[in-house]
Amino acid sequence: MKTKIIRILIIGFGNIGGGVAEVISRKKENIAKKQGLVLKIVGIADLKGVIINKNGLSEEDIRKFKTGEKIEKTRDLNIIKEIEHEVMVEATPTNIENGEPGLTHIIAALESNRHVVTSNKGPLALEYKRLMDLAAERGKEIRFGATVGGSLPIISLVKDNLASNGIISIKGILNGTCNYILTRMAEQGLPYEHVLKEAQELGIAESDPSKDVEGIDTAVKLVILANSVFDRDVSYKDVQITGIKDITSEALEMADEAGYAIKLLGEVNKGGCLKVAPRLVPKDNPLNVRGTLNVVTIKTDLAGNITILGKGAGPIETASAILSDILGIYKHNNENDFII
Amino acid sequence: MKISLDIELKDIPGQLILALKPISDFGGNIKTVLHQRDKKTPSGRIPVQIVFEIEESKLARLVERLKEGDVNVARVGKERLKESMVVLLIGHIVHTDIGDTINSVDSTGFAEVVELSLSMPGIEKKSSALFTLSAIAKEELKKALDILKEIAKKKGILVISSI
Repeated sequence: MKTKIIRILIIGFGNIGGGVAEVISRKKENIAKKQGLVLKIVGIADLKGVIINKNGLSEEDIRKFKTGEKIEKTRDLNIIKEIEHEVMVEATPTNIENGEPGLTHIIAALESNRHVVTSNKGPLALEYKRLMDLAAERGKEIRFGATVGGSLPIISLVKDNLASNGIISIKGILNGTCNYILTRMAEQGLPYEHVLKEAQELGIAESDPSKDVEGIDTAVKLVILANSVFDRDVSYKDVQITGIKDITSEALEMADEAGYAIKLLGEVNKGGCLKVAPRLVPKDNPLNVRGTLNVVTIKTDLAGNITILGKGAGPIETASAILSDILGIYKHNNENDFII
Repeated sequence: MKISLDIELKDIPGQLILALKPISDFGGNIKTVLHQRDKKTPSGRIPVQIVFEIEESKLARLVERLKEGDVNVARVGKERLKESMVVLLIGHIVHTDIGDTINSVDSTGFAEVVELSLSMPGIEKKSSALFTLSAIAKEELKKALDILKEIAKKKGILVISSI
């Protein structure tokens, strides 16, 4: 088999960036053997600084970067331009106000003729069309499966496996924090504030949970689906959003007795619906999943309803989506990138 | 108008036509006939449920004709409100005039609140109410939900609709 080297630069080395390094380390032998792709991380950068080795960083280098033992103190973004690589992985935290710093990183990478794989929702929710146009102009790909539903392959499922279908609607649970809170409230009859505190202690909810519980995180993911699957040009400010803060344990109990669960659902369809709201979900509906799970039902014109569920967050789960996107770039095309 | 008619027929051949012919004669459009042979009445008759559409003005005369023809008419049900959905409300439902909230739907003429259950955990706390909305057709049901959402929004009540 012809062997191809893919050099990767990781920008942002928190939980997700670290997860990407870990899954590459775990899977690279298998990928080389089965797909003939040799993955090499040639550089990592985050707020602390950078580490670079154009022949590929060793696991020891990466470990030392993480602990701060081996680090070059620079925040110069020129590395995106100057360090030769094929794929930039953008894994800095989401900023839905202006998309930064991810937006600048992605633009720099595309302008330097790199493919981009990102888990960062901000740039896509705010500047989707601009980024797609730039990628097309440069003949490069930007893949973002990790931004919606974590490990769930929603976007690749729609774009690849369901390519023959028209997509009528997509709806589901895209935020594990809200689903955890609603599940616990329903099953234990506990009040919202109590369960929120518990979720924060468990690390399921952030210390400022507003983006999750107010439905904004779900809305941002919905916008990415609207733009990428339904060819819309919307931002999260166009989404009609209702969060879960006003839901009481009595309401959950009442819904339960009538045969329903209350779930925070995001819904987008080709008719223009774009909303996030708590909904009554019949208990026997596949969207009724417990705990931190995410779930999505894709309604198609040929295949009918297809539902996928799985872990929506977590460093390894998200890194799995990023790695799949990297491999996806090289599945069908981009022969010219290969340097061997 | 859609009618659901429960009749009881003698268990001898040729009885069903006695019921179906008059419906047809009055211009009724038969949708379904459910012949429940295994559920005989104590008097040995066989219950049959017929669903059909007919002009409202002709219904009374049709029922008369059936009775004249030795068909036992057990029940005539008007199925005016065909579509239903469950909706959950959370907020100060009672103290924001629940009668007015219900009336906003009932006064439409095409939809009604047909069932209601209420949970009031405490005077200061928010109540929850489960409404069943019924309407003459799907589109009207959606309109009724929009009307309910509109009035609930003014009253600071959260409306959770079913998928």
